[in-house]
Amino acid sequence: MAVDEIAVLGVGMHQWGKFPGKSFVDLGVHAAKEALGDSGVDWEEIEFISGANTVRNGYPGWVSASTFANALGFQGCQLASSYAACASGVTALSIARAQILSGICDVALVVGADQVAKGMFAPVPGDRPNDVDWLRFRLMGLSNPAYFGMFARRRMALYGDTQDDFAAVKVKNSNHGAQNPNARYAKSFTIDDVNASPVVADPLRLLEICSTSDGAAALVVSSLDYAKKKGVQDPVKISGISTVSPVYPNAIIDMPYFASDSWVAAGDSSHTFKNQIAQHAYKEAGITPNDLDFAEVYDLSSAYELDWYEHIGLCETGEARNMLHNGDTSLGGRIPVNPSGGLGAFGEAIPAQAIAQVCELTWQLRGDADGRQVENAKIGMSINYGMFGHGSSVIARR
Amino acid sequence: MAKIRVPAVDGMFTMDFDNPRLIGGRGVTSQSYYFPKDLSGGDPRCVNDDERVEVYLSSHAKIWSYTSAGYPPALPYQITEPFEPFLICAAQLEEENMVICGQMMSGIDINDLEVGLDVKLALDVLYSDDDHDYIVWKWDLA
Repeated sequence: MAVDEIAVLGVGMHQWGKFPGKSFVDLGVHAAKEALGDSGVDWEEIEFISGANTVRNGYPGWVSASTFANALGFQGCQLASSYAACASGVTALSIARAQILSGICDVALVVGADQVAKGMFAPVPGDRPNDVDWLRFRLMGLSNPAYFGMFARRRMALYGDTQDDFAAVKVKNSNHGAQNPNARYAKSFTIDDVNASPVVADPLRLLEICSTSDGAAALVVSSLDYAKKKGVQDPVKISGISTVSPVYPNAIIDMPYFASDSWVAAGDSSHTFKNQIAQHAYKEAGITPNDLDFAEVYDLSSAYELDWYEHIGLCETGEARNMLHNGDTSLGGRIPVNPSGGLGAFGEAIPAQAIAQVCELTWQLRGDADGRQVENAKIGMSINYGMFGHGSSVIARR
Repeated sequence: MAKIRVPAVDGMFTMDFDNPRLIGGRGVTSQSYYFPKDLSGGDPRCVNDDERVEVYLSSHAKIWSYTSAGYPPALPYQITEPFEPFLICAAQLEEENMVICGQMMSGIDINDLEVGLDVKLALDVLYSDDDHDYIVWKWDLA
């Protein structure tokens, strides 16, 4: 089912970190202006804004497209604001693509920005015993790192992974991130650094669990015709987007649920949501995992990155640690994973993160990733998913 | 005077301390199990006719995975000061083929846990106020 492509004309970011003096709007506008400048498209030419919402910054965050449009100066373009947890950025991009491919607009701006309190994510306040996200905290203190810990422990039991394997992922990504001016953490960590940090969710330590960050990212995307009219002969192209839901039954327990589906009556317990997200992206783009030159995956924890190698088809189940130790997924290896440094170097800014992944795909495919360039990068994939079941993946090519 | 024991949430487990059970749902058409009964997603093959009847789920399971909570969880978790780290277990119910999380009973060492180990359902105090002990299910070594 190959889907028509759109062009990425410009990308922009505000650095990740903690910026208490700034609002999410300031960060988003910074990224948007950078993307507009990178694209050579004037703000007045933008016909559509797709905003990825933040739910932690009050009403302006729930209507992010109009918030950003107003901050840039209302010029009458069409708007859509959407939320899909960590998948919000790709949901916003998919809406922009639909507008472009249907001919409703030629050029669109996609923006996501967040500013969050320090510490672990918490459910929105209130008393909601019918909300599993509320119940998991109330009844058992099941925070996000607890899921990461359980997934990691299960890898150890099933595949013989060790805590040092997980720490090695953090070391790799910190080395990549040290070359990225937009990353929050510039330090290259060692295994000893990781092992000296306190256990948060056994077997994972503090340095292996992604932090919560402020940050912003933006894209200017257009039809291929519009890109040509702008004189861009060979733009980076979005070839596939996946925003699929899981397919019942989902046998792998995942945020925010505290029970899996039952697979007693239906389905295949080995076919997991993360596989399904990748498969749809491959189908749209008409490629297979063998075609990828690099990938940006959502390393919510160090061990989580190894899960993704298997789910997106870079290796067989249980083989991820071998790929890691062979150097296959390091810069200079066969298929570098998280050349940006990933969440390990950025921390997570929820509505901006999936857009930031597409920024990295774009820089890599243009050959603009100074100090962390994947050699001869032609096709890249980004992947993550939003809590409650929002898939999120993009395949881009040059 | 002893505090009054009340469930921390209504309708998800029985208050039988000797033989506690989780209260799930079972689709009359799909034959799938659901937990919590009305808060888990449905079987898409039976979108129009899968009434969920209340069933007690198996009280024995095997550890699917486990972890520790070394830092205090966010609200609405009710923390009794000083915060005591605890263990969390995801256990697979053999008959229902589903995985359900719960805290482990306190006093269990994480080094005594392993994937595949038998566990059984238990009830314990989650938090208390002046008059009440709020009760929740936990997993215990079988």
